[in-house]
Amino acid sequence: MDALGPQEWTAIWLSLRVALVATLAALPVAIWVAYVLARKTFPGRQLLNGIVHLPLVLPPVVTGYLLLVLFGQQGPIGGILYQTFGISFAFRWTGAALAAAIMAFPLMVRAIRLGFEAVDPGLEDAAATLGASRWRIWRTVTLPLVVPGILAGAILGFAKALGEFGATITFVAAIPGQTQTIPTAIYGLLQVPGSEPAVLGLVTVSIILAMGALLLSEWLARRMAKRLGGK
Amino acid sequence: MISVDIKKRLGDFQLEAQFDAPMGVTAIFGQSGSGKTTVVNAVAGLLRPDAGRISVANNSLFDSSAAKDVPVQQRRIGYVFQDARLFPHVTVMRNLSYGGNHDADRIIEVLGLEALLDRMPAALSGGERQRVALGRALMCDPQVLLMDEPLAALDAPRKAEILPYIERLRDDVKIPMLYVSHDVSEVARLATTLVVMQKGKVATFGPVGQVLSSPEAVPLVGVRAAGAVISTKVAGRLLDDGLTELQFSGGRLVLPGILGVLGQTVRLRIPAQDVILAKTAPQGMSALNVLPVAITQIEQGRGPGVIVGLKAGDDHLLARVTRRSALRMELAVGQHIFAIIKATAVGPEDIGS
Repeated sequence: MDALGPQEWTAIWLSLRVALVATLAALPVAIWVAYVLARKTFPGRQLLNGIVHLPLVLPPVVTGYLLLVLFGQQGPIGGILYQTFGISFAFRWTGAALAAAIMAFPLMVRAIRLGFEAVDPGLEDAAATLGASRWRIWRTVTLPLVVPGILAGAILGFAKALGEFGATITFVAAIPGQTQTIPTAIYGLLQVPGSEPAVLGLVTVSIILAMGALLLSEWLARRMAKRLGGK
Repeated sequence: MISVDIKKRLGDFQLEAQFDAPMGVTAIFGQSGSGKTTVVNAVAGLLRPDAGRISVANNSLFDSSAAKDVPVQQRRIGYVFQDARLFPHVTVMRNLSYGGNHDADRIIEVLGLEALLDRMPAALSGGERQRVALGRALMCDPQVLLMDEPLAALDAPRKAEILPYIERLRDDVKIPMLYVSHDVSEVARLATTLVVMQKGKVATFGPVGQVLSSPEAVPLVGVRAAGAVISTKVAGRLLDDGLTELQFSGGRLVLPGILGVLGQTVRLRIPAQDVILAKTAPQGMSALNVLPVAITQIEQGRGPGVIVGLKAGDDHLLARVTRRSALRMELAVGQHIFAIIKATAVGPEDIGS
């Protein structure tokens, strides 16, 4: 890894931080939205489903531009957040995390929703007949059974957040040490002749991180299946 | 006592059920789609009726006129589902104690669950799963026990393994039980009261012996399954032959096997198609059981058979004979004739305690 200079290492650590924060912040919302979409019928359900999936089908540049308009320091949401809480997204790593979270969100919701749909509502009925409150049923029956789906969603979301490019570069650009993640760093290096070793290093790190996430999710899924299978 | 009087519309299906279930086991019997599970789910509170009333031991659980609908959680019902519905991610012990620890030691002992406590549900056999489900329902100290075809998914040996447990519960646990079934020998063995459902309506209900022994119930139950249920007492044993002598109001019956200790009550289902009729007391026959009976009713079915209602002492029996035999023998209501029951006609699945 001699090919990686301090700037590359900064990009790697920043990428990990951005992806982790994005995943952890999006996860509770994704769980709630997935539950609502899997279990509830209400007017506007299709609309919610559409909005959730929008970042998946829109050009990332468009999503990035919308984020810039909405969450910029003068934007309708960004302005309020800045004035009341002093939170700023524009051209900061928090903005990269927001972009990554928005882009990873649909993938997380889809995986977790499948998890909820796989839980037999009959088990929840059984828990209710045993006197459990709705909160206790959720905590002791639904949530533990949907953990494999949540893990799958989280890892998928993390991988997506690590690789997010279009929305990030549009929203927060690629400022080294501030908003330059692995993909934007690779893109930047490709514009400079003679930087192939650094590109190769970052590509290798990308592959290692992606494979690691995949193997981790496989291992967790197998552990879960083993527990539920009683072997 | 469980009192049910409800209406519910589900698509094209209209349920109208009204019956009272006293202490003991009330079987809800009928073909699939007759509305049995709907009734039980309404009692459990998992399904809200359109109108009517449900009460258990004079506690109102649902009353549409008073806008009362006690939530499932507060109904204190124990529900044993056909598919057990054990929580797959926790051990048997944690499944059992999920709803409470009422009388835990005794329930674990009665149901023989000690050896299973640390296992995960996936490692249990079908019969073991239902025993755990039963224990879990009982440990939440229910005021009524609901069982929705708990044995339907099991093969005959597994059924035979669980039935004695349920019989023991019926006799030990003083709570009313609703037991959904489409198996008449199960019903005959377990039930004290029988509710027969057909196309969403209660076709007939009453004490199990009375309902099953009336010829009118035969089309509801099905001719092959028809048969009277009588209560007998063990009067003696013919040890050399491995036979048991049973006494009831209509006389004595001798059946193979050791069916209980002296004086014990044994419940028998005598299938109608295994009862032979004779105008005079037969002689030189291998059948051991010949009972003098009086004909109370003759019902023509749609097929070639005729169902004959018989009175033996204070008990009622059913016999199924061909229409041709009925005509040739000139059977008529009020006649005194003889009913012959082969000792091996009553199968082990038809004998309960």
